[in-house]
Amino acid sequence: MELGIGAFGDANRDPATGTRTSEAQAIRNVVESIVVAEQAGLDWFGLGEHHTPEFPVSAAATVLAAAAARTSRIKLSSAVTVLSTDDPVRVYEQYSTVDAISNGRVEMIPGRGSSIESFPLFGYDLREYDQLFAEKLDLLLEVNRSPRVTWEGTTRPALHGEYVPPRAEHGPIPIWLGVGGNPGSVIRAAQLGLPMATGVLGGSAIRSSSNADLYRHAAEKFGNTPEQTLVMLGSPGFLMRDGKKARDAWWPHWHQFMKVVGEQRGFAPPTRDSYDRDTAPQGGLLIGSPEEIAERIILMHQHWGHVRQYLHIDMGGVPQKDLLHAIELFGTEVRPLVQRELGATPVDVLMGRRPAPLAASA
Amino acid sequence: MSNQSTPAVRREPRVTDPAPDGVHFGIGTFAFQPQEPDGSPTPGPQVIRDVIEEAVAAEQAGLDSFGIAEHYRPGMMDSAAPVILGAIAARTSTLRVGTAVTVLSTQDPVRVYNDFATLDAASGGRAQLIVGRGSAIESFPLFGFDLSDYEQLFEEKLDLLMRLLREQPVTWSGRFRPPLVDQVLEPQISPGGVPVWVGVGGSPQSVMRAARFGLPLMLGLIGGTLEHFKPLTDLYRRSLDALQQTQQPVGMHVHGYIADTDEEALERFWPVWSGTMNAEAPKRGWAPYRRERYEAEAIGGALFVGSPETVARRVASAMQTLGATRFDFVAAASRMPHTEKRDSIERFGREVVPRVRQLLAASDSNAGWPDVR
Amino acid sequence: MSGDARISRVAVVGAGRVGTAVARTLVDAGYCVTLSGSGDPADLELLAAVVAPGAHVAWTADAVASADLVIVSIPLHRLPTLDPSLLHGKLVVDAMNYWPPVDGRLDEFEEAAGGSSVVVQRLLAGATVVKTFNHVGYHDLEVDRRPAGHPQRLGLAVAGDSPAAVASVAELIDRIGYDPVTLPSLTDGRSLQPGGVVFGARLTAAEITLAVTRSAHDAAA
Ligand SMILES: NC(=O)c1ccc[n+]([C@@H]2O[C@H](COP(=O)([O-])OP(=O)(O)OC[C@H]3O[C@@H](n4cnc5c(N)ncnc54)[C@H](OP(=O)(O)O)[C@@H]3O)[C@@H](O)[C@H]2O)c1
Repeated sequence: MELGIGAFGDANRDPATGTRTSEAQAIRNVVESIVVAEQAGLDWFGLGEHHTPEFPVSAAATVLAAAAARTSRIKLSSAVTVLSTDDPVRVYEQYSTVDAISNGRVEMIPGRGSSIESFPLFGYDLREYDQLFAEKLDLLLEVNRSPRVTWEGTTRPALHGEYVPPRAEHGPIPIWLGVGGNPGSVIRAAQLGLPMATGVLGGSAIRSSSNADLYRHAAEKFGNTPEQTLVMLGSPGFLMRDGKKARDAWWPHWHQFMKVVGEQRGFAPPTRDSYDRDTAPQGGLLIGSPEEIAERIILMHQHWGHVRQYLHIDMGGVPQKDLLHAIELFGTEVRPLVQRELGATPVDVLMGRRPAPLAASA
Repeated sequence: MSNQSTPAVRREPRVTDPAPDGVHFGIGTFAFQPQEPDGSPTPGPQVIRDVIEEAVAAEQAGLDSFGIAEHYRPGMMDSAAPVILGAIAARTSTLRVGTAVTVLSTQDPVRVYNDFATLDAASGGRAQLIVGRGSAIESFPLFGFDLSDYEQLFEEKLDLLMRLLREQPVTWSGRFRPPLVDQVLEPQISPGGVPVWVGVGGSPQSVMRAARFGLPLMLGLIGGTLEHFKPLTDLYRRSLDALQQTQQPVGMHVHGYIADTDEEALERFWPVWSGTMNAEAPKRGWAPYRRERYEAEAIGGALFVGSPETVARRVASAMQTLGATRFDFVAAASRMPHTEKRDSIERFGREVVPRVRQLLAASDSNAGWPDVR
Repeated sequence: MSGDARISRVAVVGAGRVGTAVARTLVDAGYCVTLSGSGDPADLELLAAVVAPGAHVAWTADAVASADLVIVSIPLHRLPTLDPSLLHGKLVVDAMNYWPPVDGRLDEFEEAAGGSSVVVQRLLAGATVVKTFNHVGYHDLEVDRRPAGHPQRLGLAVAGDSPAAVASVAELIDRIGYDPVTLPSLTDGRSLQPGGVVFGARLTAAEITLAVTRSAHDAAA
């Protein structure tokens, strides 16, 4: 089991102090978090794309490149790439460039993402979401497979065998399909023969694990290999040495974050009751002490059978020093506990890829 | 259509950042795949890693900026310059990180904003852009643009980019991109925070466009003599005046090579440069590039080849002739193997630039320089 | 009738890189030069004053009407924007090249077996077209000028179907500082365009003659 961190580049107001980091500082904070995650021994770091003042990382590949130059081992991924409103050709070029800089440590998760602000920004119609995503994913997979692609669709000008450089050094870049919870998307991941990245955003940690069963059944039906049939899971999370303190400290941030999201999408903010339930031993929010979180991940693994668990950590203006401390605990304490139970086979090996060589330059 | 109309009159206190003593020396590079001593090409991803090391060397050698080009073809690794620059930013602390040039015609200015504002944040305020029409060979079909819109594409996209960089929210509509309504882009940067230069070959129209936008001018020297470029810089300055724009700096982007002696530099650079020229020749229908021509260009033309002293003298005199305050050197045509390219960058920074500064300081003709600081 | 009369007034249509360089060399050689662009000459005034001092500016129609010779130096794909009736009865130099990176793919020029100027002549049916300047880079045009008799004087090829027109243009080429090498048909002008034997080369007249003869010989063999 690999453990990692997911981030959005948080520039929310800290509810405790009322202060807000600058957007530029939020971007530098992400780079620092990645460096600390590697030092703590974590395996993977995923960065989201947004276009809002709260989450200002609009060019994730550039931030990952900065982190690539300062690390040598940790995997670097988008989480997620909002593919529907981007050009798959440019997306490939950016990530294969990060792949070169990092000596083959790059992965991608194309997905819907949780936010929709990029649609008006790039002039797309949300009603065409499904077609946009399907077509662009098809092209991204093609470009990832071969350097010269002939392709025609309705969402981007046709390609007639133009060259798309630079080519990634160790073959196609691992692409996980980002799936919300929609069973149709789960089946699509299997149909495309892609590993699946999905999330548990609260509620029960194990209830929606039926999606993992669905995914494996579908994969079997499509004749996929075990190397293709892998699940990674992301959950909101936060750690302090003392579990109760962690839950108390995280609450105002989570409340603020969910309140804003709730206002945008029309649901009520969480109550402290629901929060206590979601952070309890079966809950979907991984907030607690290292031991509590390790136990939770092991429990989740019994249901999900996932190969990588990451914590989404920077929401609601949590101070950077607290984040860094949580990242350290996750790497230095949770990871050994989890791997003692579940083994330490790298995902690259499970995928049948040669693990990337260690970078000499960083 | 709201584009085309407004950019001419906006004044801006400063769109480029001052370098020490108002003079700026940088490196321009194309991420070419060179040949290893055994004749095999350096693997592409290694080239990208080498470019990062070259930028680190440039900073250590005291240079002010590092700019990466944009191409989409086999043998060139610069399809995602802002990403490479992100890595360079993480390994440097004073170097300005930029492009030379960004082919704006086939980019979406919104993404360009996203990329460079992000780079500016990651680098602590060191991002720069040189935008140009590019030589349109590959990017037009790749991104589905029509070459017959060459001029209008650039004009419209430069207009939009400058608005995004200067004032938000932006409401805009044009021909080549969906409209924006009251849009705020992330991450936010201070107005004019990312300096934009306009890269120009030899076209007077492009020079006048740069003036119309009130942006600093970067002249790419690709042939001819310096006297040939003099009227263009004059045109630029007079156009700025005529349009009541603030005077802006002029820079030059020049190919060259430095060795211990002039003879050695000429000999070692000849196979590289003639190779570059002759690789393009069949595609463009040029006649073979000949030694006499090379020598003429290297001695008095647009190529800066020679000993540090020779190159320094030529740089100083070129900057004075054109009133340029920025000089970007494309070391070793970006074609030589990594170690030689790095050496050439280091020599430029350590041996040529200090001497140029000396020569410029000593010269009385400084007095005639335009007040662009 | 165009041709044998001595040229003194030249209209340069297209004030870009090539047009302004050509205008400067012509002014230097004592010609009366008028530059025109695709629009209002007022837009060109500053440009001409600084980049081609001594040249006048005018609307294309006016510049052409009073000219003995018209040099067309606009991108080839823009040629359809130039009204051919303006050039009726005029001696016209086609300095243009078919350059797909700028022009895009133009089928009639892709398939032009006789060279691009043959197509230009067909599009400008009422004019007498001569092909020259095509093989020289705009940035070399002034640098490479030499007085007559100079041992390193370079050549410029002049191709056309009308001997009188070719002779008039050849005289102008000589006056601006090159040895003219005349070629007896527009089709021979293929040597001057991209892919041709003298394109982008800086050669003396003798070398041009040799290169063109050799390539004709190779083609025949
Ligand atoms: N570059 C070289 O070294 C070279 C050498 C030999 C031959 N050529 C050929 O010469 C031609 C011109 O090249 P260039 O490099 O000079 O191009 P350029 O710098 O782009 O200039 C072309 C000029 O033509 C003008 N124009 C366009 N349509 C016009 C019209 N209907 N009437 C009047 N002016 C018009 C444009 O101005 P506005 O549209 O703004 O008015 C522009 O100033 C091309 O065919 C090229 O292949 C180039």
